[in-house]
Amino acid sequence: MDIIYTIWLRNMKRFSRSKSRIIGSISMPIFFLLFLGFGLNSVVQLPQGSGNYIEFLIPGMVAMSVLFTSVFSGIQVIWDKQFGFLKETLVAPVSRLEIMLGQTFGGATTAVIQGFLIMVFSLFIGLHILGFTGFLTALVFMVLIGISFTAFGIAIASRMEDMTGFQLIMNFVVFPIFGLSGALFPISSLPAWAIPITLLDPLTYGVEGIRYGLTGVSQINPLVCLTVIGSFTVAMTVLGAYLFRKIKV
Amino acid sequence: MTVAIHIENLTRRFNDLVAVDNISFDIKNGEIFGLLGPNGAGKTTTLSMLSTMLKPTSGKAMVNGVDVERDEDGVRKSIGIVFQDQSLDEELTAWENMDFHGRLYRIPTDTRNQRITELLRLVELEDRKDDIVKTFSGGMRRRLEIARGLLHHPSVLFLDEPTLGLDPQTRNHLWQYIATLAREKGITIILTTHYMEEADRLCNRIAIIDHGKIIALDTPKNLKDRIGGDVVTIKSSNPEAIIAALNEPWISRMEKHNNEVIISLQNADQHVSTMVTLLNSKQVMIESIAIHKPTLEDVFLSFTGKTIREEEADHKTNMRMYQRMARH
Repeated sequence: MDIIYTIWLRNMKRFSRSKSRIIGSISMPIFFLLFLGFGLNSVVQLPQGSGNYIEFLIPGMVAMSVLFTSVFSGIQVIWDKQFGFLKETLVAPVSRLEIMLGQTFGGATTAVIQGFLIMVFSLFIGLHILGFTGFLTALVFMVLIGISFTAFGIAIASRMEDMTGFQLIMNFVVFPIFGLSGALFPISSLPAWAIPITLLDPLTYGVEGIRYGLTGVSQINPLVCLTVIGSFTVAMTVLGAYLFRKIKV
Repeated sequence: MTVAIHIENLTRRFNDLVAVDNISFDIKNGEIFGLLGPNGAGKTTTLSMLSTMLKPTSGKAMVNGVDVERDEDGVRKSIGIVFQDQSLDEELTAWENMDFHGRLYRIPTDTRNQRITELLRLVELEDRKDDIVKTFSGGMRRRLEIARGLLHHPSVLFLDEPTLGLDPQTRNHLWQYIATLAREKGITIILTTHYMEEADRLCNRIAIIDHGKIIALDTPKNLKDRIGGDVVTIKSSNPEAIIAALNEPWISRMEKHNNEVIISLQNADQHVSTMVTLLNSKQVMIESIAIHKPTLEDVFLSFTGKTIREEEADHKTNMRMYQRMARH
Protein backbone atom coordinates (compact mmCIF):
# COMPACT_ATOMS: atom_id res chain seq x y z
CA MET A 1 0.00 0.00 0.00
CA ASP A 2 2.77 2.45 0.93
CA ILE A 3 4.42 2.01 -2.47
CA ILE A 4 1.15 2.54 -4.33
CA TYR A 5 0.65 5.68 -2.26
CA THR A 6 4.19 6.88 -3.07
CA ILE A 7 3.63 6.59 -6.81
CA TRP A 8 0.18 8.15 -6.48
CA LEU A 9 1.68 11.03 -4.50
CA ARG A 10 4.21 11.71 -7.23
CA ASN A 11 1.42 11.86 -9.79
CA MET A 12 -0.51 14.31 -7.64
CA LYS A 13 2.52 16.56 -7.20
CA ARG A 14 3.18 16.63 -10.91
CA PHE A 15 -0.49 17.27 -11.61
CA SER A 16 -0.74 20.17 -9.18
CA ARG A 17 2.24 21.80 -10.89
CA SER A 18 1.07 21.47 -14.45
CA LYS A 19 -1.40 24.32 -14.49
CA SER A 20 -1.21 24.75 -18.23
CA ARG A 21 -2.01 21.09 -18.76
CA ILE A 22 -5.04 21.28 -16.49
CA ILE A 23 -6.36 24.32 -18.32
CA GLY A 24 -5.52 22.75 -21.68
CA SER A 25 -7.41 19.58 -21.01
CA ILE A 26 -10.53 21.10 -19.49
CA SER A 27 -10.80 23.74 -22.19
CA MET A 28 -11.74 21.28 -24.92
CA PRO A 29 -14.84 19.84 -23.20
CA ILE A 30 -15.79 23.36 -22.13
CA PHE A 31 -15.64 24.58 -25.74
CA PHE A 32 -17.67 21.56 -26.81
CA LEU A 33 -20.24 22.39 -24.18
CA LEU A 34 -20.43 26.02 -25.22
CA PHE A 35 -20.39 25.61 -29.00
CA LEU A 36 -22.23 22.34 -29.43
CA GLY A 37 -24.45 22.88 -26.46
CA PHE A 38 -25.67 26.37 -27.20
CA GLY A 39 -25.37 25.96 -30.95
CA LEU A 40 -27.47 22.83 -31.20
CA ASN A 41 -29.71 23.35 -28.20
CA SER A 42 -32.56 24.85 -30.18
CA VAL A 43 -32.13 22.56 -33.18
CA VAL A 44 -31.87 19.15 -31.54
CA GLN A 45 -35.02 17.37 -30.43
CA LEU A 46 -34.31 14.66 -27.87
CA PRO A 47 -36.46 11.52 -28.29
CA GLN A 48 -37.49 11.27 -24.65
CA GLY A 49 -38.78 14.78 -24.84
CA SER A 50 -37.35 15.43 -21.44
CA GLY A 51 -34.71 18.07 -20.93
CA ASN A 52 -32.72 20.01 -23.46
CA TYR A 53 -29.57 19.16 -25.40
CA ILE A 54 -27.19 20.95 -23.04
CA GLU A 55 -28.35 18.88 -20.13
CA PHE A 56 -27.92 15.80 -22.27
CA LEU A 57 -24.45 16.84 -23.34
CA ILE A 58 -23.02 17.66 -19.89
CA PRO A 59 -22.56 14.04 -18.70
CA GLY A 60 -20.95 13.24 -22.05
CA MET A 61 -18.46 16.06 -21.65
CA VAL A 62 -17.66 15.01 -18.09
CA ALA A 63 -16.97 11.51 -19.42
CA MET A 64 -14.89 12.93 -22.26
CA SER A 65 -12.76 14.90 -19.87
CA VAL A 66 -12.15 11.81 -17.71
CA LEU A 67 -11.46 9.63 -20.76
CA PHE A 68 -8.87 11.85 -22.40
CA THR A 69 -7.06 12.73 -19.19
CA SER A 70 -6.85 9.12 -18.06
CA VAL A 71 -5.59 7.72 -21.36
CA PHE A 72 -3.04 10.51 -21.47
CA SER A 73 -1.93 9.85 -17.87
CA GLY A 74 -1.44 6.18 -18.67
CA ILE A 75 0.52 6.86 -21.82
CA GLN A 76 2.76 9.20 -19.84
CA VAL A 77 4.62 6.10 -18.69
CA ILE A 78 6.41 6.48 -22.04
CA TRP A 79 7.75 9.85 -20.93
CA ASP A 80 9.04 8.22 -17.77
CA LYS A 81 10.65 5.58 -19.94
CA GLN A 82 12.24 8.15 -22.23
CA PHE A 83 13.38 10.51 -19.51
CA GLY A 84 14.81 7.64 -17.51
CA PHE A 85 12.69 8.01 -14.39
CA LEU A 86 11.05 4.64 -14.89
CA LYS A 87 14.41 2.92 -14.31
CA GLU A 88 14.62 4.51 -10.88
CA THR A 89 11.31 2.90 -9.91
CA LEU A 90 12.00 -0.43 -11.60
CA VAL A 91 15.35 -0.96 -9.88
CA ALA A 92 13.85 -0.41 -6.42
CA PRO A 93 12.91 -3.47 -4.36
CA VAL A 94 9.20 -3.13 -5.12
CA SER A 95 6.90 -5.19 -7.29
CA ARG A 96 5.85 -3.99 -10.71
CA LEU A 97 2.22 -4.53 -9.77
CA GLU A 98 2.56 -1.92 -7.03
CA ILE A 99 4.13 0.54 -9.46
CA MET A 100 1.43 -0.07 -12.04
CA LEU A 101 -1.39 0.28 -9.53
CA GLY A 102 0.13 3.48 -8.18
CA GLN A 103 0.27 4.91 -11.70
CA THR A 104 -3.28 3.79 -12.39
CA PHE A 105 -4.75 5.36 -9.27
CA GLY A 106 -2.69 8.49 -9.81
CA GLY A 107 -3.93 8.85 -13.38
CA ALA A 108 -7.50 8.05 -12.40
CA THR A 109 -7.44 10.65 -9.63
CA THR A 110 -6.26 13.41 -11.93
CA ALA A 111 -8.84 12.36 -14.52
CA VAL A 112 -11.66 12.42 -11.99
CA ILE A 113 -10.56 15.84 -10.76
CA GLN A 114 -10.70 17.12 -14.34
CA GLY A 115 -14.16 15.62 -14.81
CA PHE A 116 -15.23 17.20 -11.56
CA LEU A 117 -14.04 20.60 -12.80
CA ILE A 118 -16.23 20.20 -15.89
CA MET A 119 -19.12 19.32 -13.60
CA VAL A 120 -18.55 22.47 -11.58
CA PHE A 121 -18.42 24.55 -14.73
CA SER A 122 -21.64 22.91 -15.95
CA LEU A 123 -23.46 24.18 -12.88
CA PHE A 124 -23.37 27.61 -14.54
CA ILE A 125 -24.87 26.46 -17.81
CA GLY A 126 -27.80 24.41 -16.68
CA LEU A 127 -26.66 21.41 -14.64
CA HIS A 128 -28.82 20.73 -11.61
CA ILE A 129 -27.37 18.10 -9.32
CA LEU A 130 -30.25 15.85 -8.33
CA GLY A 131 -29.01 15.19 -4.85
CA PHE A 132 -26.16 13.50 -3.12
CA THR A 133 -26.95 9.98 -4.37
CA GLY A 134 -27.02 11.17 -7.95
CA PHE A 135 -23.72 12.96 -7.55
CA LEU A 136 -22.19 9.90 -5.90
CA THR A 137 -23.43 7.64 -8.70
CA ALA A 138 -21.84 9.90 -11.30
CA LEU A 139 -18.63 9.94 -9.28
CA VAL A 140 -18.47 6.14 -9.12
CA PHE A 141 -18.76 5.93 -12.89
CA MET A 142 -16.13 8.63 -13.35
CA VAL A 143 -13.75 6.70 -11.10
CA LEU A 144 -14.34 3.51 -13.08
CA ILE A 145 -13.75 5.25 -16.42
CA GLY A 146 -10.64 6.84 -14.93
CA ILE A 147 -9.15 3.58 -13.66
CA SER A 148 -9.99 1.52 -16.72
CA PHE A 149 -8.66 3.99 -19.26
CA THR A 150 -5.51 4.85 -17.31
CA ALA A 151 -4.79 1.13 -17.17
CA PHE A 152 -5.56 1.00 -20.89
CA GLY A 153 -3.04 3.81 -21.46
CA ILE A 154 -0.41 2.01 -19.38
CA ALA A 155 -1.01 -1.16 -21.41
CA ILE A 156 -0.38 0.77 -24.62
CA ALA A 157 2.62 2.59 -23.17
CA SER A 158 4.17 -0.70 -22.10
CA ARG A 159 4.30 -1.79 -25.72
CA MET A 160 5.37 1.50 -27.25
CA GLU A 161 8.97 2.66 -27.73
CA ASP A 162 8.36 6.40 -27.83
CA MET A 163 5.67 9.03 -28.22
CA THR A 164 5.58 8.87 -32.03
CA GLY A 165 2.60 6.52 -32.02
CA PHE A 166 0.68 8.67 -29.58
CA GLN A 167 -1.24 10.69 -32.17
CA LEU A 168 -2.17 7.50 -33.97
CA ILE A 169 -3.60 5.97 -30.80
CA MET A 170 -5.50 9.15 -30.02
CA ASN A 171 -7.03 9.40 -33.51
CA PHE A 172 -7.78 5.76 -34.21
CA VAL A 173 -8.53 4.37 -30.77
CA VAL A 174 -9.45 7.01 -28.23
CA PHE A 175 -11.43 9.33 -30.47
CA PRO A 176 -13.62 6.53 -31.91
CA ILE A 177 -14.22 5.26 -28.37
CA PHE A 178 -15.42 8.73 -27.48
CA GLY A 179 -17.41 9.31 -30.68
CA LEU A 180 -19.26 6.01 -30.49
CA SER A 181 -20.08 6.31 -26.82
CA GLY A 182 -23.30 8.26 -27.06
CA ALA A 183 -21.66 11.21 -25.31
CA LEU A 184 -22.83 13.54 -28.08
CA PHE A 185 -26.11 11.95 -29.15
CA PRO A 186 -28.74 9.58 -27.76
CA ILE A 187 -28.15 5.96 -28.70
CA SER A 188 -31.76 5.51 -29.79
CA SER A 189 -31.43 8.21 -32.43
CA LEU A 190 -28.83 6.18 -34.29
CA PRO A 191 -29.68 4.04 -37.31
CA ALA A 192 -30.42 0.44 -36.32
CA TRP A 193 -27.15 -0.93 -37.70
CA ALA A 194 -25.04 1.50 -35.64
CA ILE A 195 -26.58 0.67 -32.28
CA PRO A 196 -24.73 -2.65 -31.75
CA ILE A 197 -21.40 -0.88 -32.40
CA THR A 198 -22.24 1.68 -29.78
CA LEU A 199 -23.16 -1.07 -27.35
CA LEU A 200 -19.76 -2.70 -27.88
CA ASP A 201 -18.02 0.48 -26.73
CA PRO A 202 -17.30 0.21 -22.98
CA LEU A 203 -17.38 3.98 -22.61
CA THR A 204 -21.08 3.97 -23.60
CA TYR A 205 -21.87 2.36 -20.25
CA GLY A 206 -19.72 4.89 -18.42
CA VAL A 207 -21.43 7.82 -20.14
CA GLU A 208 -24.89 6.39 -19.51
CA GLY A 209 -24.00 5.75 -15.88
CA ILE A 210 -22.87 9.33 -15.37
CA ARG A 211 -25.97 10.53 -17.22
CA TYR A 212 -28.18 8.51 -14.89
CA GLY A 213 -26.41 10.03 -11.89
CA LEU A 214 -26.59 13.61 -13.13
CA THR A 215 -29.94 13.74 -14.92
CA GLY A 216 -31.81 10.77 -13.49
CA VAL A 217 -32.50 9.30 -16.94
CA SER A 218 -30.46 6.89 -19.00
CA GLN A 219 -31.12 4.67 -21.98
CA ILE A 220 -29.33 1.73 -20.45
CA ASN A 221 -30.17 0.34 -17.04
CA PRO A 222 -27.61 1.80 -14.58
CA LEU A 223 -26.96 -1.64 -13.06
CA VAL A 224 -26.06 -2.98 -16.49
CA CYS A 225 -23.81 0.04 -16.91
CA LEU A 226 -22.12 -0.64 -13.60
CA THR A 227 -21.58 -4.31 -14.41
CA VAL A 228 -20.12 -3.64 -17.86
CA ILE A 229 -17.82 -0.75 -16.96
CA GLY A 230 -16.86 -2.54 -13.72
CA SER A 231 -15.84 -5.68 -15.61
CA PHE A 232 -14.03 -3.56 -18.19
CA THR A 233 -12.09 -1.88 -15.38
CA VAL A 234 -10.99 -5.20 -13.95
CA ALA A 235 -10.03 -6.50 -17.40
CA MET A 236 -7.99 -3.39 -18.25
CA THR A 237 -6.23 -3.40 -14.89
CA VAL A 238 -5.23 -7.04 -15.36
CA LEU A 239 -4.09 -6.38 -18.94
CA GLY A 240 -2.18 -3.25 -17.93
CA ALA A 241 -0.49 -5.03 -15.03
CA TYR A 242 0.43 -7.96 -17.26
CA LEU A 243 1.98 -5.82 -19.99
CA PHE A 244 3.68 -3.48 -17.53
CA ARG A 245 5.32 -6.45 -15.87
CA LYS A 246 7.10 -7.15 -19.14
CA ILE A 247 8.12 -3.56 -19.81
CA LYS A 248 11.74 -3.07 -20.84
CA VAL A 249 13.81 0.03 -20.32
CA MET B 1 38.60 -9.11 3.25
CA THR B 2 35.19 -10.23 2.10
CA VAL B 3 33.90 -10.28 -1.43
CA ALA B 4 31.27 -7.71 -2.41
CA ILE B 5 30.77 -8.95 -5.94
CA HIS B 6 31.53 -12.29 -7.44
CA ILE B 7 31.20 -12.82 -11.18
CA GLU B 8 31.71 -16.17 -12.80
CA ASN B 9 31.61 -16.83 -16.56
CA LEU B 10 28.99 -14.13 -16.98
CA THR B 11 27.68 -13.83 -20.54
CA ARG B 12 24.97 -11.78 -22.18
CA ARG B 13 23.94 -11.98 -25.81
CA PHE B 14 21.67 -9.74 -27.84
CA ASN B 15 20.68 -11.91 -30.77
CA ASP B 16 24.02 -12.82 -32.33
CA LEU B 17 25.98 -10.03 -30.65
CA VAL B 18 27.84 -11.10 -27.54
CA ALA B 19 27.76 -7.96 -25.41
CA VAL B 20 29.42 -9.54 -22.39
CA ASP B 21 31.58 -12.53 -23.14
CA ASN B 22 32.30 -14.99 -20.35
CA ILE B 23 33.78 -12.62 -17.79
CA SER B 24 34.87 -13.61 -14.29
CA PHE B 25 36.24 -11.49 -11.45
CA ASP B 26 35.75 -10.60 -7.80
CA ILE B 27 35.39 -7.18 -6.24
CA LYS B 28 36.42 -6.76 -2.63
CA ASN B 29 34.45 -4.93 0.01
CA GLY B 30 35.25 -1.23 0.21
CA GLU B 31 37.02 -1.18 -3.11
CA ILE B 32 36.55 1.40 -5.88
CA PHE B 33 36.51 -0.78 -8.93
CA GLY B 34 36.54 0.58 -12.45
CA LEU B 35 35.22 -0.95 -15.63
CA LEU B 36 37.13 0.87 -18.32
CA GLY B 37 36.39 0.56 -21.99
CA PRO B 38 34.96 2.27 -25.03
CA ASN B 39 31.24 2.80 -25.50
CA GLY B 40 29.63 -0.46 -26.48
CA ALA B 41 32.31 -2.57 -24.82
CA GLY B 42 29.80 -4.18 -22.46
CA LYS B 43 30.23 -2.04 -19.34
CA THR B 44 26.63 -0.96 -18.98
CA THR B 45 25.39 -4.44 -19.87
CA THR B 46 27.54 -5.86 -17.05
CA LEU B 47 26.18 -3.26 -14.66
CA SER B 48 22.61 -3.95 -15.76
CA MET B 49 23.06 -7.62 -14.97
CA LEU B 50 24.60 -6.89 -11.57
CA SER B 51 21.71 -4.57 -10.73
CA THR B 52 19.06 -7.12 -11.85
CA MET B 53 17.85 -4.94 -14.70
CA LEU B 54 18.94 -7.50 -17.27
CA LYS B 55 19.03 -11.29 -17.09
CA PRO B 56 22.37 -12.95 -17.87
CA THR B 57 22.33 -15.36 -20.81
CA SER B 58 24.59 -17.65 -18.83
CA GLY B 59 27.00 -17.58 -15.92
CA LYS B 60 26.61 -16.39 -12.39
CA ALA B 61 26.77 -13.11 -10.50
CA MET B 62 26.54 -12.58 -6.76
CA VAL B 63 26.15 -9.24 -5.01
CA ASN B 64 26.86 -9.39 -1.28
CA GLY B 65 26.48 -13.13 -1.48
CA VAL B 66 23.04 -12.87 -3.10
CA ASP B 67 22.48 -14.39 -6.52
CA VAL B 68 21.17 -11.74 -8.96
CA GLU B 69 18.89 -14.21 -10.68
CA ARG B 70 17.50 -16.00 -7.65
CA ASP B 71 16.74 -13.08 -5.36
CA GLU B 72 16.24 -9.83 -7.29
CA ASP B 73 14.77 -7.91 -4.37
CA GLY B 74 17.55 -9.09 -2.08
CA VAL B 75 20.10 -7.60 -4.45
CA ARG B 76 18.09 -4.44 -5.06
CA LYS B 77 17.91 -3.63 -1.37
CA SER B 78 21.66 -3.66 -0.97
CA ILE B 79 22.64 -1.68 -4.05
CA GLY B 80 22.44 1.93 -5.11
CA ILE B 81 22.71 2.89 -8.73
CA VAL B 82 23.36 6.03 -10.70
CA PHE B 83 22.42 5.41 -14.29
CA GLN B 84 24.28 6.70 -17.29
CA ASP B 85 21.23 8.62 -18.45
CA GLN B 86 19.53 10.91 -16.03
CA SER B 87 16.72 9.32 -14.04
CA LEU B 88 15.37 12.19 -11.95
CA ASP B 89 11.83 13.52 -12.12
CA GLU B 90 12.41 17.01 -13.47
CA GLU B 91 9.03 18.26 -12.34
CA LEU B 92 9.77 17.50 -8.72
CA THR B 93 12.10 19.33 -6.35
CA ALA B 94 15.40 17.89 -5.17
CA TRP B 95 13.84 17.05 -1.82
CA GLU B 96 10.83 15.38 -3.41
CA ASN B 97 13.03 13.24 -5.63
CA MET B 98 14.92 12.09 -2.55
CA ASP B 99 11.70 11.59 -0.61
CA PHE B 100 10.20 9.48 -3.40
CA HIS B 101 13.26 7.26 -3.39
CA GLY B 102 13.22 6.95 0.40
CA ARG B 103 9.58 5.89 0.36
CA LEU B 104 10.23 3.34 -2.39
CA TYR B 105 12.89 1.76 -0.19
CA ARG B 106 10.51 1.91 2.77
CA ILE B 107 12.73 4.08 4.97
CA PRO B 108 10.72 5.27 8.01
CA THR B 109 9.80 8.98 7.88
CA ASP B 110 12.11 10.24 10.65
CA THR B 111 15.17 8.41 9.39
CA ARG B 112 14.28 9.40 5.86
CA ASN B 113 14.07 13.12 6.57
CA GLN B 114 17.25 13.05 8.59
CA ARG B 115 19.20 11.23 5.89
CA ILE B 116 17.89 13.44 3.10
CA THR B 117 19.06 16.54 4.96
CA GLU B 118 22.42 14.94 5.62
CA LEU B 119 22.98 13.79 2.04
CA LEU B 120 21.83 17.03 0.45
CA ARG B 121 24.37 18.77 2.65
CA LEU B 122 27.04 16.31 1.56
CA VAL B 123 26.46 17.05 -2.12
CA GLU B 124 26.03 20.77 -1.39
CA LEU B 125 22.47 21.04 -2.62
CA GLU B 126 20.95 21.99 0.73
CA ASP B 127 20.06 25.50 -0.32
CA ARG B 128 18.45 24.27 -3.53
CA LYS B 129 16.40 21.51 -1.95
CA ASP B 130 13.03 23.08 -2.73
CA ASP B 131 13.87 23.98 -6.31
CA ILE B 132 12.44 22.03 -9.22
CA VAL B 133 15.10 19.78 -10.76
CA LYS B 134 14.39 21.26 -14.20
CA THR B 135 16.31 24.33 -13.08
CA PHE B 136 19.42 22.32 -12.13
CA SER B 137 22.66 22.14 -14.10
CA GLY B 138 24.13 18.83 -15.27
CA GLY B 139 26.58 18.68 -12.39
CA MET B 140 23.92 19.41 -9.79
CA ARG B 141 21.69 16.68 -11.22
CA ARG B 142 24.54 14.18 -11.04
CA ARG B 143 25.25 15.10 -7.45
CA LEU B 144 21.59 14.76 -6.60
CA GLU B 145 21.49 11.35 -8.23
CA ILE B 146 24.51 10.20 -6.27
CA ALA B 147 22.93 11.45 -3.06
CA ARG B 148 19.74 9.62 -3.96
CA GLY B 149 21.65 6.43 -4.68
CA LEU B 150 23.08 6.56 -1.16
CA LEU B 151 19.82 7.27 0.65
CA HIS B 152 18.97 3.67 1.51
CA HIS B 153 22.54 3.00 2.71
CA PRO B 154 23.53 0.54 0.03
CA SER B 155 26.65 -1.49 0.60
CA VAL B 156 27.46 -1.41 -3.10
CA LEU B 157 27.10 1.67 -5.28
CA PHE B 158 27.06 1.42 -9.06
CA LEU B 159 28.04 4.51 -11.00
CA ASP B 160 27.51 4.25 -14.73
CA GLU B 161 29.63 6.93 -16.42
CA PRO B 162 29.21 9.29 -13.46
CA THR B 163 30.83 12.29 -15.12
CA LEU B 164 29.71 11.84 -18.71
CA GLY B 165 29.01 15.15 -20.36
CA LEU B 166 30.17 17.28 -17.46
CA ASP B 167 32.66 20.12 -17.69
CA PRO B 168 36.18 19.44 -16.34
CA GLN B 169 35.67 21.52 -13.21
CA THR B 170 32.48 19.73 -12.19
CA ARG B 171 34.12 16.44 -13.03
CA ASN B 172 36.98 17.16 -10.67
CA HIS B 173 34.52 18.11 -8.00
CA LEU B 174 32.58 14.88 -8.43
CA TRP B 175 35.73 12.79 -8.25
CA GLN B 176 36.45 14.30 -4.89
CA TYR B 177 32.94 13.39 -3.71
CA ILE B 178 33.24 9.83 -4.88
CA ALA B 179 36.65 9.36 -3.26
CA THR B 180 35.40 10.87 0.00
CA LEU B 181 32.32 8.67 -0.07
CA ALA B 182 34.26 5.49 -0.45
CA ARG B 183 36.61 6.53 2.33
CA GLU B 184 34.05 7.77 4.83
CA LYS B 185 31.15 5.42 4.25
CA GLY B 186 33.23 2.39 3.42
CA ILE B 187 30.98 1.34 0.59
CA THR B 188 32.07 -0.61 -2.44
CA ILE B 189 31.90 1.47 -5.59
CA ILE B 190 31.81 0.05 -9.09
CA LEU B 191 32.07 2.63 -11.78
CA THR B 192 32.14 2.39 -15.52
CA THR B 193 33.93 5.00 -17.53
CA HIS B 194 35.58 5.61 -20.81
CA TYR B 195 37.64 8.42 -19.35
CA MET B 196 41.12 7.08 -18.68
CA GLU B 197 41.92 9.85 -16.28
CA GLU B 198 38.83 9.13 -14.22
CA ALA B 199 39.67 5.46 -13.84
CA ASP B 200 43.29 6.28 -13.03
CA ARG B 201 42.46 8.81 -10.39
CA LEU B 202 39.62 7.06 -8.60
CA CYS B 203 39.96 3.33 -8.85
CA ASN B 204 41.83 0.90 -6.66
CA ARG B 205 41.61 -1.65 -9.42
CA ILE B 206 40.58 -1.47 -13.04
CA ALA B 207 39.23 -4.03 -15.45
CA ILE B 208 39.79 -3.04 -19.05
CA ILE B 209 36.91 -4.34 -21.06
CA ASP B 210 36.65 -4.48 -24.83
CA HIS B 211 34.28 -6.42 -27.09
CA GLY B 212 32.67 -7.86 -23.98
CA LYS B 213 35.88 -9.41 -22.70
CA ILE B 214 38.11 -8.47 -19.79
CA ILE B 215 41.48 -7.92 -21.38
CA ALA B 216 43.38 -6.76 -18.30
CA LEU B 217 42.63 -6.41 -14.61
CA ASP B 218 44.96 -4.82 -12.11
CA THR B 219 45.72 -1.69 -10.14
CA PRO B 220 46.27 1.40 -12.31
CA LYS B 221 49.93 1.43 -11.30
CA ASN B 222 50.56 -2.20 -12.21
CA LEU B 223 48.76 -1.74 -15.51
CA LYS B 224 50.94 1.22 -16.38
CA ASP B 225 54.08 -0.60 -15.22
CA ARG B 226 53.38 -3.32 -17.72
CA ILE B 227 54.08 -0.79 -20.45
CA GLY B 228 57.65 -0.72 -19.22
CA GLY B 229 58.96 2.66 -18.09
CA ASP B 230 58.26 5.69 -20.25
CA VAL B 231 56.53 6.23 -23.53
CA VAL B 232 58.02 8.05 -26.51
CA THR B 233 55.75 8.84 -29.41
CA ILE B 234 57.37 9.72 -32.71
CA LYS B 235 55.28 10.99 -35.56
CA SER B 236 56.60 10.50 -39.05
CA SER B 237 55.49 9.96 -42.63
CA ASN B 238 57.44 6.72 -42.64
CA PRO B 239 56.86 4.91 -39.33
CA GLU B 240 58.21 1.57 -40.63
CA ALA B 241 61.60 3.17 -41.12
CA ILE B 242 61.62 4.29 -37.49
CA ILE B 243 61.02 0.77 -36.26
CA ALA B 244 63.80 -0.53 -38.49
CA ALA B 245 66.20 2.23 -37.40
CA LEU B 246 65.63 1.88 -33.68
CA ASN B 247 66.32 -1.77 -33.21
CA GLU B 248 68.22 -1.23 -29.95
CA PRO B 249 68.41 -3.39 -26.79
CA TRP B 250 67.31 -0.56 -24.44
CA ILE B 251 63.94 -0.31 -26.16
CA SER B 252 61.49 -2.71 -24.60
CA ARG B 253 58.69 -2.34 -27.12
CA MET B 254 57.73 -0.59 -30.34
CA GLU B 255 54.32 -0.37 -31.91
CA LYS B 256 53.18 1.33 -35.07
CA HIS B 257 49.89 3.13 -34.87
CA ASN B 258 48.78 5.06 -37.96
CA ASN B 259 51.66 7.41 -38.71
CA GLU B 260 53.06 7.20 -35.21
CA VAL B 261 55.42 4.84 -33.49
CA ILE B 262 54.88 4.27 -29.81
CA ILE B 263 58.04 3.24 -28.05
CA SER B 264 58.28 1.90 -24.52
CA LEU B 265 61.57 2.15 -22.70
CA GLN B 266 63.17 2.94 -19.34
CA ASN B 267 64.65 6.41 -18.72
CA ALA B 268 63.41 7.91 -21.95
CA ASP B 269 64.86 11.34 -21.18
CA GLN B 270 68.40 9.95 -21.36
CA HIS B 271 67.82 8.05 -24.57
CA VAL B 272 65.88 10.54 -26.59
CA SER B 273 68.91 12.33 -28.04
CA THR B 274 70.42 8.98 -29.12
CA MET B 275 67.14 8.16 -30.81
CA VAL B 276 67.11 11.42 -32.74
CA THR B 277 70.74 10.93 -33.80
CA LEU B 278 70.02 7.39 -34.95
CA LEU B 279 67.01 8.47 -36.98
CA ASN B 280 68.90 11.41 -38.51
CA SER B 281 71.79 9.19 -39.56
CA LYS B 282 69.34 6.92 -41.41
CA GLN B 283 67.62 9.97 -42.87
CA VAL B 284 64.21 9.25 -41.37
CA MET B 285 62.08 12.36 -41.18
CA ILE B 286 60.63 13.17 -37.76
CA GLU B 287 57.51 15.30 -37.63
CA SER B 288 57.25 15.40 -33.89
CA ILE B 289 58.50 13.61 -30.83
CA ALA B 290 56.95 13.42 -27.36
CA ILE B 291 57.93 11.80 -24.09
CA HIS B 292 55.45 11.04 -21.35
CA LYS B 293 54.82 8.75 -18.44
CA PRO B 294 52.55 5.89 -19.45
CA THR B 295 48.84 6.54 -19.08
CA LEU B 296 45.95 4.11 -19.16
CA GLU B 297 45.45 5.26 -22.73
CA ASP B 298 48.82 3.66 -23.58
CA VAL B 299 47.79 0.57 -21.65
CA PHE B 300 44.58 0.34 -23.61
CA LEU B 301 46.43 0.84 -26.87
CA SER B 302 48.98 -1.82 -26.06
CA PHE B 303 46.30 -4.36 -25.21
CA THR B 304 43.91 -3.68 -28.05
CA GLY B 305 46.09 -2.11 -30.75
CA LYS B 306 43.64 0.77 -30.94
CA THR B 307 42.96 3.92 -29.00
CA ILE B 308 39.74 4.00 -27.04
CA ARG B 309 38.38 6.64 -29.38
CA GLU B 310 38.87 4.48 -32.46
CA GLU B 311 37.20 1.55 -30.75
CA GLU B 312 34.22 3.74 -29.99
CA ALA B 313 33.81 4.84 -33.57
CA ASP B 314 33.79 1.19 -34.58
CA HIS B 315 31.37 -0.13 -32.06
CA LYS B 316 29.06 2.54 -30.84
CA THR B 317 26.68 2.41 -33.76
CA ASN B 318 26.68 -1.38 -33.90
CA MET B 319 25.91 -1.79 -30.25
CA ARG B 320 23.13 0.77 -30.16
CA MET B 321 21.50 -0.90 -33.10
CA TYR B 322 21.61 -4.30 -31.52
CA GLN B 323 20.25 -3.04 -28.25
CA ARG B 324 17.31 -1.47 -30.03
CA MET B 325 16.66 -4.68 -31.89
CA ALA B 326 16.85 -6.73 -28.73
CA ARG B 327 14.05 -4.71 -27.18
CA HIS B 328 11.52 -5.86 -29.72
